This record gives sequence, C-alpha cells and structure tokens, in this order.
Amino acid sequence: MTPLAQRPWFGKVMAPLAVGVIIVITWQWACTAFEVPRYLFPKPTDIADSLATNWRPLFGSLWSTLYVTFLAFGLSVTIGTAIAFMFVQSKLIELSLLPYAVLLQVTPIAAVAPLIIILVKDTTTALTLCATVIAIFPIISNTTIGLRSVDPGLAAYFRMNKAGRWATLWRLRIPGALPFFLAGLRISSGLSLVGAVVAEFIAGTGGTSAGLAYQIMQASFQLDIPQMFAALFLITLTGVLLFAAMVKLQQILLGHWHESAMEAER
Amino acid sequence: MIDMLDQTATTISRTPVVEILSAEKIFANGVRGLDPIQLSIRPGEFISLIGPSGCGKSTLLKLIANLIEPTDGKMLWWRGDFSKVGTIGRQLAFVFQDPTLMPWSKVDANVRLPLDLAGMPKAEARQRAEAALAHVGLTQAAKRYPRQLSGGMRMRVSIARALVTNPDLLLMDEPFGALDEFTRNKLDEDLVNLCFERNLTNVFVTHSIYEAIFLSTRIIVMAANPGRIFAEYIVDEPMPRNDNFRRSDRFGDMCRELSALLSDASLASLKP
Ligand SMILES: Nc1ncnc2c1ncn2[C@@H]1O[C@H](COP(=O)(O)OP(=O)(O)OP(=O)(O)O)[C@@H](O)[C@H]1O
Ligand SMILES: [Mg+2]
Repeated sequence: MTPLAQRPWFGKVMAPLAVGVIIVITWQWACTAFEVPRYLFPKPTDIADSLATNWRPLFGSLWSTLYVTFLAFGLSVTIGTAIAFMFVQSKLIELSLLPYAVLLQVTPIAAVAPLIIILVKDTTTALTLCATVIAIFPIISNTTIGLRSVDPGLAAYFRMNKAGRWATLWRLRIPGALPFFLAGLRISSGLSLVGAVVAEFIAGTGGTSAGLAYQIMQASFQLDIPQMFAALFLITLTGVLLFAAMVKLQQILLGHWHESAMEAER
Repeated sequence: MIDMLDQTATTISRTPVVEILSAEKIFANGVRGLDPIQLSIRPGEFISLIGPSGCGKSTLLKLIANLIEPTDGKMLWWRGDFSKVGTIGRQLAFVFQDPTLMPWSKVDANVRLPLDLAGMPKAEARQRAEAALAHVGLTQAAKRYPRQLSGGMRMRVSIARALVTNPDLLLMDEPFGALDEFTRNKLDEDLVNLCFERNLTNVFVTHSIYEAIFLSTRIIVMAANPGRIFAEYIVDEPMPRNDNFRRSDRFGDMCRELSALLSDASLASLKP
C-alpha cells in the first residue's frame, strides 16, 4: 500500500486544504486572543456572519461581476482567436495590426477605463469593453505563436502528400496550436476577472456600478470591514474556480499527449 | 515457358522508376549542393546512398521526392513528370530521419494519415492501417500515443505510415540512424525482405557500410565539394537476405571493398 502522503489526491487536495484550515484556525485564534476589534480586522467567523446576513446584495453583485467577466472572456476568446488566424494568414496584416494590439496591452487599463466609461453610456458594455481590452492580448499572442510553430517535418510531410489548406489547418495547425491557445486561455480568464473588477472600481466612483468592487467601496465608506472581506472572499473564490476550470480543460484536451498537462510520470 | 515469362517481366520492368538527367542543385545562397547527376533507378532495385557528410545525399533524395526542384537538368518519374506520381502503381512514400508523427494522435490515426489526406473511405483506411501496423509488429500499440513508444517503435510506426499507401517507390533518409545496432539489424532484415516480396523500389540513405551492403542491390558512393556521384558498387547477393549473409565471408569482403571506396571518396571530398 502506498503511504498516504504519496497518493495523488492527497498532495493535490488534502495538503493545500490542511494549510488553509490551519491558517483560518490561527487567524480566528489570534483575533480572539489579542481581542482585535472586528472593525479593524475581522475574524473568519465575522466574515462568514457578514456573508450570511448580506448574502442577497453580495450575491447580486457577484452575479453582476461574473456576467461582465464571462462576457469579456468570451469576447476575448472569439475575437482574439479570429485576429490570430488573420495574423497567420498574412504577414502584412500582422505587421500592420500588431503595434496596435501591443498598444492596447501596454496602456494601463486604469488609465483608459474612465474614458471608456464616459464614452460608453451603458455600464455593462463599458465594463465588458475594459475587461476585454486587457484579456484579449494573451489569446492573440499565444494563438498566433501556436499556429506558427508547426513542426517543420510534419509540415513537409503534409505538403508531400498534397494536403489541402483546410486539411493542413484542421489536422496540423490547430492541434499544434492548442497547447499555446490553452495557456493563453488560462491567463486571459484571470485577466477578465481583474479587468472586470478594476473597471467596476473606476465606474463605481461615478456611482453607476453594481459589482463586487462596488460592494467593497460601499463597505469601506461605512467602515464595514467584515463585508469588505466577504466581497473580497467572493472575488478570490471566483478567480480560483476560473483557474481550476481552465486547468481541468487543459487536462481534458491535452492530458494524453502534451507535457504541459501531463501528470508527472515516474 | 519460364523464359517467356521472364521476357515479359523484364519488358514491363524495364521502364525506369526514376531517371535523373543531369539534374543539379545550387541553393539560393550559392552553395553547390549537387553537381549534375546522371542516375537511372530501375524497378525492384534497392539503392543505398553513402558518402561523407554534406555530399548531398539528402539533397538527392529530396530531388527524387520532388521536395525541391533541380536548378538545371531534368527529373522523370515513370517516364513522365511528377504529376504521374500518386496514381495507381506509382505511389511514392518518404520516411524521414525522425519519425515525425503527430503527437496528438494515436498510433493508428498516425498510420492512417496519408489515406485520410487522400480522402479514402474510413472503413477501408482503417483496415489498411491495421494491416500495415501488423506488418511492422505493432498491432498491440495501435491505441497508444507516440510518446508512449520507444524510439524503435516510433520508427516502425513511421514505416507503417509509409507502407500503408502501398508505395512502389520508397525513399528513406537514414531511418535507423538513431537506433541501437540490434534493433537496426532486425528492422533492416524486415525491410529488405518486404521490399523483395512487394517488388518495391527503394532509395535509402545511410552512413553505415554494413547496412548498405546488407540491404542494397546497388550502392551509390558520393563525394562532397561539390556533391557528386563518386562510384557505384553492385551487391550481387540473392534475396531474401538474413543473418547468414551478414556472417558470411562474402559479406566481410564486400564491406572491405566498400570501405576502401568510401575512403577514396572522403579523400576526393577534401576542399581543393
Ligand atoms: N536549404 C539549403 N540551403 C543551402 N545549402 C544547403 C541547403 N540544404 C543543404 N545545403 C548544403 O548542401 C550540401 C549537401 O547537403 P545534404 O543535406 O544533402 O548533405 P548530406 O549528404 O545529406 O549530409 P549528412 O550526411 O550530414 O546528412 C551541404 O553542403 C549543405 O550545407
Ligand atoms: Mg542528410
């Protein structure tokens, strides 16, 4: 029988979970022992309490943030992939458009967001736009690199067999690009959430947002620290779940052949 | 009666598979890859190309596969241009130095690839892939991924992918260069006898004198600077061949002779 600590589920689930439990217990204990007031630094139980009492507005906000995040993510994936396909079709298109894609990437979203929010009347549209602007770049660059990095030997083999453009794309370029695309997806999913929250903060200063960032701001005005933590907790949880979903997707699509998603073999 | 049969057989087989008529290759950067080459490859021949590194073996093979075009001169396939290749009785297959398999596809799908690309019906393609895999002894591995195979097994998959098209002309560029001697000998024996059974024409690049002698009916010794044909060596030994040939004195003698030729070719390859 393999020792407990060497089983795969133990390392991946139990160990981090144990660390989490220890942190929460220590936190709870420390706050109680040193009598830290809840308006300075709340105990885990205070946060849970706040989550329970304010669940209605909090989950409403969570939904609103999630909506923007997923919309931005979806747009980034579709538009980003389409742009990458255009880039590999023609060097001229890439050369003429790439500087602008880079421009989008290097401009801090916090600096552009106020402008977008003023220019675009509908808040959800404005927020989605902001989040998309930062989430799209990893998709574009990774997919482009992926579509380009075809194994030259295989490419020669396809040419020799008189494979058409479509067959080459479908059987060679797309499968070869998949690992790169999925790595881009992982980064982009996180950036969608970051973009959504940042945009909400900026829009929130104008009083026109309903997302989790707005909850955090409202709570901070009222010095309701536990509620700030509760909203923060929801954002973090969303981020972690998104990340886990992407890892799972990567495993499903690549696990059987690509190193990036393989379980270590010994 | 027997004479008559032989007569017809030779008339049919007299049509050369490939004719290289003063074909030369000068690369875009001015490097003279090959001086004008004159070579006629007849059906059922097993030709090995041997010579020092950089003498243009791969270049010559690529010319025959039409992967590159000659700078000057002419190439003929079955007395016609390259568009004749790919029709029934005129199939060409190329085995690279690396297996070049698709890592995302299972072994059987990899073997099926040329048939899929040619648009063959699924059921027939599957059947032929199975047969080709059985031929290289990899039936068990059909549902595995390339990374789960050893180097020798991957090379056998690559050979199965070439055989699945029922090629008439098989081109191989140092296919067993990376394998240990034992595996290589085994694969060599399978290959030479398969080519004999199916009357395949084979052009085979190698660095090994032993391999060249064991496999070939004719060996082309090449020299470099510029790349050219230096000498020809006929291996007059009946097919099929097996370990007995490898252990015979004749084999040793031939290896010595070829080795001497190769030394001369190396000397002739030194930069003037
Ligand atoms: N695409 C290319 N562009 C320019 N020069 C090339 C190209 N391909 C090959 N050459 C040159 O042509 C010559 C012959 O190359 P080739 O690859 O045919 O040699 P080879 O006999 O196969 O050598 P090796 O045994 O090392 O594989 C070499 O001098 C090489 O540098
Ligand atoms: Mg070579």
